[in-house]
Amino acid sequence: MHAIEKILARAAGKESVKAGEIVNCKIDFAEINDLYLQTVYSFFEMGGKKVWDKDKVAFVFDHYAPAPTIKTAQIHKEMRQFAKEQGLTHHFDINAGVCHQVLVEAGLVWPGMILIATDSHTTTHGAFGAFGTGVGATDMATALISGELWFRVPEVIKIEINGQLQPGVYAKDVILHILGKLKADAAVYKAIEFSGSFVENLDVADRMTICNMAVEMGAKTAYMKPNNKVIEYLKKRINREFIIDETDPDYEYSEVYTFDISNLSPQLAVPHSVDNVYPIEKVEKVKIDQAFIGSCTGGRLEDFEAAYKVLKGKKIHPDTRLVIIPASTEVLQRGMELGYIQGLIEAGATLATPGCGPCLGTHEGLLADGEVCITSTNRNFPGRMGSTKAMIYLASPACVAASALKGEITDPRDILKEVNKNE
Amino acid sequence: MNKILTGKAFVYGNNIDTDQIYPGRYLELVKPEDIARHCLEGADPTFVENMSPGDIVVGGTNFGCGSSREHAVITLKTAGVSVVLAESFARIFFRNAINLALPLMVCPGISKKVKTGDILEVNLEEGLVLNKTTGETIVGEKISEYVMNILESGGIKPLFKKKTQEIYR
Repeated sequence: MHAIEKILARAAGKESVKAGEIVNCKIDFAEINDLYLQTVYSFFEMGGKKVWDKDKVAFVFDHYAPAPTIKTAQIHKEMRQFAKEQGLTHHFDINAGVCHQVLVEAGLVWPGMILIATDSHTTTHGAFGAFGTGVGATDMATALISGELWFRVPEVIKIEINGQLQPGVYAKDVILHILGKLKADAAVYKAIEFSGSFVENLDVADRMTICNMAVEMGAKTAYMKPNNKVIEYLKKRINREFIIDETDPDYEYSEVYTFDISNLSPQLAVPHSVDNVYPIEKVEKVKIDQAFIGSCTGGRLEDFEAAYKVLKGKKIHPDTRLVIIPASTEVLQRGMELGYIQGLIEAGATLATPGCGPCLGTHEGLLADGEVCITSTNRNFPGRMGSTKAMIYLASPACVAASALKGEITDPRDILKEVNKNE
Repeated sequence: MNKILTGKAFVYGNNIDTDQIYPGRYLELVKPEDIARHCLEGADPTFVENMSPGDIVVGGTNFGCGSSREHAVITLKTAGVSVVLAESFARIFFRNAINLALPLMVCPGISKKVKTGDILEVNLEEGLVLNKTTGETIVGEKISEYVMNILESGGIKPLFKKKTQEIYR
């Protein structure tokens, strides 16, 4: 069996499972974000009274934090009331951040668990060897009542990544490159395992960025075998036993792909799809109206560090605005302690409080007709960040910062070369 | 539930994502009739004014990719779309649709065999689509018994109510 199958088998109380089989699994944690008040409505419509375990359910207010409209304020109000009535142990209000960052920091994610959330980017938690998957509001409501959910055991695609990145090239570039090669429907109904020498040595933040975007290939879940960096990170956060599952040597993957990233350039997904990816040398130097660094894909401490390195002591282009939104309050606080946030504000950035920000087009920096945005986020679908007539380019945080500096799409390596010369 | 559905086709390409089906800026809406007004706005701003209840949406591969928003299903269903036919569906969208009793059928090659405006007759039980405009029959995948049971019950909610009662017993 694959490690993912072992996780599902354990949660289903079975000796073994195989691809294609439908299994009913016990859920270790269920998270609802503030887009999905329908979850609460569906819960009551189906006769729900009490959630199955008040320690294993939490709301995270991230997509609308703080509430931008009266309607969204009402959503928060009804969710808070539900959380209180149910006596939920964990609650993350508008002062917390993006769910996928917040849950990890709070020690609610561990290897071998099953985590469901009303958010497609729940694949992020494969970075920790967890089975994380996104569900809709009504599916979530059934799980809140029963503590279980059915899954089709997925086939697993193996993506082996080898080599070492050149300076100025990041994990975000790696996953964009893979998306461009394999395309947006490469893993529909399947799971993706990332392995190879690159992944074995990868930091927690970079692992999260790569697993986060597995869903952009349609993946049900992502998986990376936890490495020492993951174990060290978790030791500081959680106080419980966990199992690291090993894939059996005779497991047969549905497909295997190998990538060597040693000579990779910075990559961009150009309008209007995530798999429309080109190396920066082949992308026109388009003028940028807005640059954004944030989200569950590109709003971690390491992302602000990379942007700070590019922009330290400089000013962004006068015709460009730069919005920065840390993925969590912890990221914001650490970023302030280390001077990254102040440095970016001095360079001309606009800071908003932790949350999803404009990534999904609800608030805090939407785009007008014809505007161009470069962003460290995950989707460039038409209308994703505001007007359907806006153009969205996805890139690494360093590339976003370099582009904000020059006011047009810019290779971060050009800026970093100068920085290194001067230091 | 009617298992033979007839309607006019509206054909779109591959990777029709949930932001095109239901843009994020309307996610705060809760009433189904308000949600219906923005159906497919990102892919085709004229869809709502041109469609009639019972019409059929046809997509290429990976229909419904992107976010887990259930609004994408609610908008199609309340706008009056009778069935969505596509070469493949994104998994969260697929689950959401079945849970809310919006029929879906996987039909290999369909986006090239049907044009917008063609009249289609869809037989959910047989997994067949007759293009009445061209006379061609397109073979799709039969809907499984498990899924058909949920659709016929009007979605997962009426079915799950019984389970809820057992859990609280």
